[in-house]
Amino acid sequence: MNYFPDEVVEHVFDFITSHKDRNSVSLVCKSWYKIERYSRQRVFIGNCYSITPQRLIARFPGLKSLTLKGKPHFADFNLVPHDWGGFVDPWIKALAKSRIGLEELRLKRMVVSDDSLELLSKSFPNFKSLVLVSCEGFTTDGVAAIAANCRFLRELDLQENEVEDHRGHWLSCFPESCTSLVSLNFACLKGEINLASLERLVARSPNLKSLRLNRVVPLNTLQNLLMRAPQLVDLGIGSYVDDPSSEVFSKLKAVIQLCNSIRSLSGFLEVAPCCMSAIYPICENLTFLNLSYAPGLQGNDLTKLVQHCRKLQRLWILDCIGDKGLGVVASTCKELQELRVFPSDPFDAGNAAVTEEGLVLISAGCPKLNSLLYFCHQMTNAALITVAKNCTNFIRFRLCILDPVKADPVTNQPLDEGFGAIVRSNKSLKRLSLSGLLTDQVFLYIGMYAKKLEMLSIAFAGDSNKGMLYVLNGCKKLRKLEIRDCPFGDVALLEDMGKYETMRSLWMSSCEVTHGACKTLAKKMPSLNVEIINESEQLEFSLDDRLLVDKMYLYRTLVGHRKDKPEYVLLL
Amino acid sequence: MSPLLLGVEEEGQSRVSSPSVECISQNGLGIREWNYLGLSDFCSVDSSGVPDDNGNNLNLKATELRLGLPGSQSPERETEHCFLNSGKLDEKTLFPLLPSKDGICSSSQKSVVTGNKRGFSEVKGTIYTEKKWMGHGAVPDSQSLQPVSHGKYSVAQASVKKDGPANLIQEQPCTSNGTKVNRTDISNNSSAPTANRAQVVGWPPIRSFRTKTLTTSSKNNDEVDGKPGPGTLFVKVSMDGAPYLRKVDLRMYSTYQELSSALEKMFSCFTLGQCGAHGTPGKESLSESKLKDLLHGSEYVLTYEDKDGDWMLVGDVPWEMFIETCRRLKIMKSADAIGLGK
Repeated sequence: MNYFPDEVVEHVFDFITSHKDRNSVSLVCKSWYKIERYSRQRVFIGNCYSITPQRLIARFPGLKSLTLKGKPHFADFNLVPHDWGGFVDPWIKALAKSRIGLEELRLKRMVVSDDSLELLSKSFPNFKSLVLVSCEGFTTDGVAAIAANCRFLRELDLQENEVEDHRGHWLSCFPESCTSLVSLNFACLKGEINLASLERLVARSPNLKSLRLNRVVPLNTLQNLLMRAPQLVDLGIGSYVDDPSSEVFSKLKAVIQLCNSIRSLSGFLEVAPCCMSAIYPICENLTFLNLSYAPGLQGNDLTKLVQHCRKLQRLWILDCIGDKGLGVVASTCKELQELRVFPSDPFDAGNAAVTEEGLVLISAGCPKLNSLLYFCHQMTNAALITVAKNCTNFIRFRLCILDPVKADPVTNQPLDEGFGAIVRSNKSLKRLSLSGLLTDQVFLYIGMYAKKLEMLSIAFAGDSNKGMLYVLNGCKKLRKLEIRDCPFGDVALLEDMGKYETMRSLWMSSCEVTHGACKTLAKKMPSLNVEIINESEQLEFSLDDRLLVDKMYLYRTLVGHRKDKPEYVLLL
Repeated sequence: MSPLLLGVEEEGQSRVSSPSVECISQNGLGIREWNYLGLSDFCSVDSSGVPDDNGNNLNLKATELRLGLPGSQSPERETEHCFLNSGKLDEKTLFPLLPSKDGICSSSQKSVVTGNKRGFSEVKGTIYTEKKWMGHGAVPDSQSLQPVSHGKYSVAQASVKKDGPANLIQEQPCTSNGTKVNRTDISNNSSAPTANRAQVVGWPPIRSFRTKTLTTSSKNNDEVDGKPGPGTLFVKVSMDGAPYLRKVDLRMYSTYQELSSALEKMFSCFTLGQCGAHGTPGKESLSESKLKDLLHGSEYVLTYEDKDGDWMLVGDVPWEMFIETCRRLKIMKSADAIGLGK
C-alpha cells in the first residue's frame, strides 16, 4: 500500500490534526498504524477509565499533549458523590516514569492533588501548558509548584476549579527568568495575591495574550497591568469598582482605549455599573463577551453595553438582561454564533427574567446562531417551532426550563412538538438537552431526526421504556447519554446491549433500572464497566435483584474494572 | 426503521394527545398522575411500604422525617392569600437533600426492597406555583403537582388545603415512596407569595462552582454555609432536653420574629412533652401559645454560637449581621443562660 517512504507518509499525516481523523488513519493498515502512532503528539481521552496510562505511553511514545476527562458530566450538578474517582495522579506518575516529553496537560472534572502538580512540574522540562477545568483537590501550593518549576511555562489556565486558597505567594513563585507566559487565568481563585508580583510578571511577559484576574485585583492594578500589556487579546477583569470621577479611573479610561487588540472580555466579578462606560471603546471589536459572573450589572447596564458590541460572536450573560435586552442583542449582534443565558436566581420563582420571547427574538435576529444554552422560566411549543424555522444551524441546543416538568403555559401541552421541530430542522445537531414537560413522543422525534446527535441530556421526561428505546435505536452517532428521573427501566436498558460499546458512557439516575438488570448487562458485556453508586447507609451489596438502582454509570473500557473505586461504588 | 414507523402508527393517537387525559386522579382537583408502570390506579402501585392513613395529612409515615406537628398553624402567615401553603405545611424544609450526605432520607427509602420502589405512581408537576399561573385559569395539571421521584428530594409535608383552589399542591395519599419535593416557602412574604422553587438535588443544572460564586458575589457573604445549595444557610438548632437537634435555614427568614416563630413550632413538641403525633388544631394552638409564652417568657432563651465560638444572646445585633456570624443555635433554659446577660 505504501508507495512512499515512511517519512513522506508521516509528513502527510502532519496535516491531519483532528483526533477523529487520526484515529481513522491508524485503522487503515498496519503500516499506517505504526507511522501514525509514532508521529502522534496530541491525544484526547474522553474517559480516563477507558484506558490505562501505561497503554497510552506504550502506543504513543511521541506524546506531547494529553487531554483527560474524569467524572461524568452530572458530577457538575452534585449528582456524583465526593471521591468517586477521576484521579490524575496515576497518570502523572506513569508519565513521569516514562520518557514521554509531556508539554501540555488539559484536565476536566478530575481530582488533582498538590503532589501531582509538583511531580508534574518537576518531571517534564519542556512543560508548557496546564489547563484545569472544573477540577478539585488541589491548593494554591500546587499552583505555586507549577509557577516555580516550569521554566518555559506558556499557559496556566484555571477555569472554574475548586481550589483551596492558601493566600498568596503562588504568584511570586514565577521566577524572574520566566518571560514566556502567553496565557494566565486565575479568576477562580478566591484569595489574595501579591499585586506587585503580578504587575512585574505581566511587565516581563511580552507574549502575554490572555489574562484573567480574580476578584481581589482592584481597578488601579488593572490600570497598571493594561498599561504594561496593551497587546492583550483576552482580558478577564476581577474587581471593577471605583469612583468614576477619580484620577485612577480616568487613567484607566485612557489606557483601555489603547488596548485595541482585546477581542474577548470576561469577569467583572465585582462591578460598579457607573464605570462601565470606560469599556465601550473596546466593545466594537469584541467577539466574546462573558458577563455571566457579573451579578452586579442590571439589565439596563447589560443592554447599554451590548449595544456597542456589533461584532460579537459569543455572548454569555445573566438572565437579568431580560427579553427586551435579548431583543437588543438580536438587533445588534448579527454575527452571534453562541449564546448562553444563565439564571441569576435559579431558586426564586419571582420575576421571570427571560421567557420564550427572548429566544424567539434572538433566533430572528441572529441567523448564524449555532450554539445555545438557555435557562428560562417558561417555553412554548410555538416559540420553539419559530426558533426552528429561523435557525437551522444548531450544533448545540440546551434548553433548561427552571421548573423541570413545566408544560407549555399557553396550550398546557407537553413540549414534544417544539423540540421535535428543533431536531427536525437542525440536521447538524450534536448536543441536545431537554427540559419541560415531555412525553415519549419527543424521543420518537429525536430518534427519527437527530441523526448526528452525539450527546443527549434528559431529566424528568418520558412515559415509558419506549422513550429511551427510540433514542437508542435512532441516534446512531450517540456517544453520551445521561438520564435522570425518567421512567426508563430494564427493558430499555437491556434491549440493545451492544449499543453501549459504540458509546462513551451512559448515566442513569433515579430511573427504573433494577439491580438485576445491571448485573445481567455487566455479565453479558465484559467490555463495559457497570458502576452502581449506592450512597445509602447500608454498604452491604447483597442487594435484591429487584431493587431499583439509584445511580448507574456505565462506560466502555479496554482495561476492565478500575482499582480506585470508593466503597460506595459497586462494580458489577 | 420500520419498527419505529409502526410505533408511530400505533401510538400516534394515544400518545400525541396529552397523556394526562388517561389518568386523572379522582379527586377532581385536576391533578394528573403518572403511573409509569402502566397501572392505572395510583393507589395500586404503591408497594413502597408507606401506608396511608386516611384522614391524616401525612404522606410519609417515617416519623423521623416528619417536620413537625401536623395541623399547626403558622401565626404570621396570611393564610387567606397563601394558596400555596396550607397551615399544614409551614415548616421550612428541614431536610434539604444534600447530594451525598443525606443518609437519613435515602436510607429510609432504600430500605424498601421492592421492584416498585419508585413506583412512579409519580405525580409529575411543578415544584412550585407562581402567582402568575393562577391568572391563567386552567392551569395545566402539571402545575399543581409535586414530582415524586424517589431519591434525594427533601421530605416535606405535602399537605394541602382541601378546599383550596385547584392549584394547590395536592397531597398524595398513596404516593409511592413518599418523597416529595421540598417546597420551601418564604414566610415573610406579603400577599403575593413568591414561592421558592423547591430544591431538587442537581436542578437546575448549573455547575456548583457557578452557583457558589454568584451567591458569594451577590450576597457579598464570605461564609456561605452552602453545601446544601446556594443561598441557604443551614445551622443546627439544639434544645436543652430534646433528644435530637434540628436544622434551620437562616436565609428563609428576614427578622428575628420569624425565626423565633419557626423555632417555636419546631420545638413545641418537646417542650410540651408531646412528640407531635396527630394534634388537632385546637390542641396545637394551645401548645403553640403555651410554647410562645415559654419562649418569650422566662423559661427558655434563644442563644447562638458565633464565629469566634462564643455563646451570645440572640437579638442584639441587626439581622444581617446575625446571620453572617451565627454558626449554631441553642434554646437554653433561662437558668443556664444567666451568663449571657440581658
